[in-house]
Amino acid sequence: MKILSFGHALPKRTVTNAELTQFLDTSDEWIQAHTGIESRHIMTGKETLSGLGAKAAKMALDRAGLKPEDIDYILCSTTRGEMTFPATACLIQARIGATCPSLDINAGCTGFLYAMDMADALLESGRVNRLLIVCAEQVSRLTDWTDRSTCVLFGDAAGAAVCERGDSLKTVRVSAEGDAKLLHAWASGGNCPFDDRIPEEQPLYMNGQEIFKFAVTRSCRDIESVMEICDLTPDAVDYFVLHQANRRILDAARTRLKQPVEKFPRNIATHGNTSSACIPVLLSEMAEDGRLQRGQTLVLSAFGAGLTTGAALLQY
Amino acid sequence: MTTFETIAKLIAETKDMDVSGIKPENTFADLGLDSLDVAELVMNMEDELGVTIEISPALKTVQDVVTLVDEQKK
Repeated sequence: MKILSFGHALPKRTVTNAELTQFLDTSDEWIQAHTGIESRHIMTGKETLSGLGAKAAKMALDRAGLKPEDIDYILCSTTRGEMTFPATACLIQARIGATCPSLDINAGCTGFLYAMDMADALLESGRVNRLLIVCAEQVSRLTDWTDRSTCVLFGDAAGAAVCERGDSLKTVRVSAEGDAKLLHAWASGGNCPFDDRIPEEQPLYMNGQEIFKFAVTRSCRDIESVMEICDLTPDAVDYFVLHQANRRILDAARTRLKQPVEKFPRNIATHGNTSSACIPVLLSEMAEDGRLQRGQTLVLSAFGAGLTTGAALLQY
Repeated sequence: MTTFETIAKLIAETKDMDVSGIKPENTFADLGLDSLDVAELVMNMEDELGVTIEISPALKTVQDVVTLVDEQKK
């Protein structure tokens, strides 16, 4: 498959580290030193996830010179949809005025890579001609805002990509190591009178140190694997576009791959970790400011709850 | 090279400090390592020493890690 265009959308409200210190025992200095994050965008009551997703989708369609009716399939990656059902993909479909099949997937922060893998299969089988991926994330709605070690990390955003058949995607590899211990968030319960479980509506939990290890080791393994499959060395890659979980993870991966800082674009300082939206949002911003050009070799890599990982190599 | 010497060398590389200043009884906090520095150090030790180390709150001093690695190497 090939990617025709990217789009993105961010909530209007920016929340700085200084604002967080008003209700958390933390500091701007600590957050920046441990994460590289200065601010993040957070959805307020007036915004909806499907609205954000639709805005990103429209930007991607406009940039590709396409209309909603040109799209045959919508895949939405989200860790918490706007509703339990209908799928956020269906809500986005209605908002943009498309009529194609639409469904959500959840592969944690690796969602964009999983969506690319599925998109490639649907496009190359000939069942679909053009497909829209939307990664729409409202992590702020599932974090524990009394936990200073996790709530400072995340932001909300949506990123989109329009794809069609082609050969620019050289390889995409995804993996899962089913394990909820290190990183999870509970869904909200119903009120079934026969459900005698102790309510475990615990918001997002993360073991930061073990996830750091998992992220760096698996990301480097996946990146080396896709380069080996394509018989390319790191020096032949223009950009390594990694999931923006933490600046320290990006630095550790870059050091292990022995590559210069300019080849690891980032937006974590102003967006935080926006889960599966990180990579398409960053690529959309790079298209906007001219860093992303046709013909460049890109390696994408993400990791997240599942535990899942994914990497891809494409000639944009 | 003993396990302590290898680990001291890795800490010195991680934090860009003089290896002679690292003692077994030092806590990671004493050495200026935060939680993610410890995670990075553990990854480097796993690569260099071929062991698997689960990070836990019980790992406070350099000697705690030396003991854990030596137990695995037996």
